[in-house]
Amino acid sequence: MKRIAIFAALIASASPLVAEVHTITPGEGAQERLQEALILAQPGDEILLSAGRYQLTDGLSLDVDYVTLRGEGMDGTVLDFTAQAGAGEGLLVTSDNVTLRDFAVENPKGDGIKSKGADNIVYHRLRVTWTRGPHPENGAYAVYPVESTGVLIAGVKVTGASDAGIYVGQSDRITVRNSIAEANVAGIEIENSRNALVEHNIATRNTGGILVFDLPNLPVMGGGNVIVRNNLVVANDTPNFAPPGNIVAGVRRGTGIMVMANEDVLIEGNVLSGNPTAPVMVIAYVQPFEDDRYNPLARNIVIGENAFEGGGYDPQLEGGEMLKAAFGGELPPVMWDGLGSLYVAEGTPGWTLNLTEAGKGLGAANPTPLTAEPPAGEFDASDIGAPPELEDRLG
Amino acid sequence: MKSGGILLSLAAISLAAAAGNARIVAPEVDDEVITGKTLPRTLEEYGFFIHADAQMPTTGVLPYRLNTPLYSDGAEKLRFVYVPEGEEVGFGEDGLLQFPVGSALIKTFAFGEGHERRLIETRVLLHREDGWLALPYLWNEEQTEARLAVAGARIDLTTPKGEAISYRVPNKNQCKECHGLDGEVVPIGPKARNLSPEWLESFAQSGFIERPPIVDIRLPEWEARQSASAADAARAYLDVNCAHCHRPGGSASNSGLDLRWEQEDPHALGVMKRPVAAGRGAGSHLYDVVPGKPGESILLHRMLSNEPGVAMPELGKATVDEEGTEAVRRWIAGLPES
Repeated sequence: MKRIAIFAALIASASPLVAEVHTITPGEGAQERLQEALILAQPGDEILLSAGRYQLTDGLSLDVDYVTLRGEGMDGTVLDFTAQAGAGEGLLVTSDNVTLRDFAVENPKGDGIKSKGADNIVYHRLRVTWTRGPHPENGAYAVYPVESTGVLIAGVKVTGASDAGIYVGQSDRITVRNSIAEANVAGIEIENSRNALVEHNIATRNTGGILVFDLPNLPVMGGGNVIVRNNLVVANDTPNFAPPGNIVAGVRRGTGIMVMANEDVLIEGNVLSGNPTAPVMVIAYVQPFEDDRYNPLARNIVIGENAFEGGGYDPQLEGGEMLKAAFGGELPPVMWDGLGSLYVAEGTPGWTLNLTEAGKGLGAANPTPLTAEPPAGEFDASDIGAPPELEDRLG
Repeated sequence: MKSGGILLSLAAISLAAAAGNARIVAPEVDDEVITGKTLPRTLEEYGFFIHADAQMPTTGVLPYRLNTPLYSDGAEKLRFVYVPEGEEVGFGEDGLLQFPVGSALIKTFAFGEGHERRLIETRVLLHREDGWLALPYLWNEEQTEARLAVAGARIDLTTPKGEAISYRVPNKNQCKECHGLDGEVVPIGPKARNLSPEWLESFAQSGFIERPPIVDIRLPEWEARQSASAADAARAYLDVNCAHCHRPGGSASNSGLDLRWEQEDPHALGVMKRPVAAGRGAGSHLYDVVPGKPGESILLHRMLSNEPGVAMPELGKATVDEEGTEAVRRWIAGLPES
């Protein structure tokens, strides 16, 4: 109880807050000691997780602004939730200006690290792993910021998520960079979000590499202003292992970069190899919906210069074999449903379903080679990405 | 430590004064502990109870009950409210009582009956100048003292239905997961529609409200739910057990599911609504609520689970509520198939 007394004194004295470092070590009572530190931390404080394995039985949570939670490396400090008995995620952050860095979360029962309504958050050099690899009973999201403004994810590694490895939802001003998403259903997913920059990541062995989605009936909609550039999107060929009810359960094995609904998305400078259904797929939302606020089409999607190695050589699509044959043995790398508006750099081969209405499926398709206009001008990149001051917390 | 010390000694003086005055055994509630800036270390410091172990409240601390209560593994729950004398209580738009600064809500969780009854924890909500503060107090084995446990705890116990569980005392942050609305901590339970007319009448007689508010439709009394419609019983249950998170501004707002009593849009209530972030919680199902098909409804599927990551609610229970899930099952089964 000593800590509480000290805390009470700090508050009571109302003196200027002095940042402190609280060091936590693994072992007996780690759950309570760590959670207590997370609760009693003052703005500006750092909680240092000494190297080692922390056996945790319950979800952890942080609700204090301006706190840094730092481990001693993503392989040094491991928060092990294999024996978790409660809560919906490993770590939940609900306060602003928090920095999470240099630790790992293993085998949480639900999501890995969730931050909700937590503005200006930094996820740096973290690892979230379901150690058994792809499995439908793994948690949904490994790294899960939602309803936040200002999200910087850098140098993170996520493996085994049964929905998305890095999932940013209903947020604004986002950067996902230098991260590795491997063996998830979706590697990286930007959903119902605006002003997102996804660059210099590796997405491999997922069902789908990088997804940019906009879904109806959510508190925040109107996703767009997204740049996906200079990523390595390679060998995303893991069979879909998502539980059926989830939207990503419909993602076809072998999808590289996929845009569904959304507006103003730029895809350029990526290397796409070994994505056997479609290296790039641009489509409208496919389900029926009732929501007047929602536009299901993909509008002003720009495919710039990308490096494609192969196209849809083993598409998981109805009539895939016939389609392949019709296109000379392999589907061209860019797949479009023909709805909304798409601009493609000259010399990038593609094909279109030539649909005339959203939600009709492949049945109404009339596939032909794609002829699309080249990008009309510079893509407006202003205000895309996390606020620059978040960078100061890296390093 | 200085001001804390002064506060404590003030409390001691007022207690001594009260005791010396006319040999009154009943403590006075210490308003300064409620509104102060410290985290009181024991429940006793507040002076809410004459006999805390017997849960006998002191003057001004009023017991209340809810028509439809939150399910907490079958725990007996003893609820009390304290409002400083002379203060007035208002009503929010959803009928939530608007307690003035200085008020406190106190809820004790107990298991076992008669002599076997064991107090596990007492949760307090304090209305301070800067908002509500939620704190959990954990009772000792001897039942003589409840001490602050900001990090919560796990306690092995047996529920009234005979299930051995690891009972979770929530930590301070977990309190906020349910009590958080738009980032602020707020009370959940005491809404006019979930309180009895008799209690509201007596509350008015105590002078805290001018008159009992007009309530359109009251939540049914849970024990008498069989005489309520299937929809009312289930909707009351969902309102009380789920809607503190599943509502705009709540912890699960991003799901788009809104289970409040006043919500009338079927889609917002989950009817033929696809999940957003349910992950494996969805099981093999496609929609939150499928009319006429409880067995295909994610909502019920998650309520029937005990598995972390699947089970709903995420916090505050370790067992499936057979009665609550039955009420929800009956409601979904009776919804007309489209």
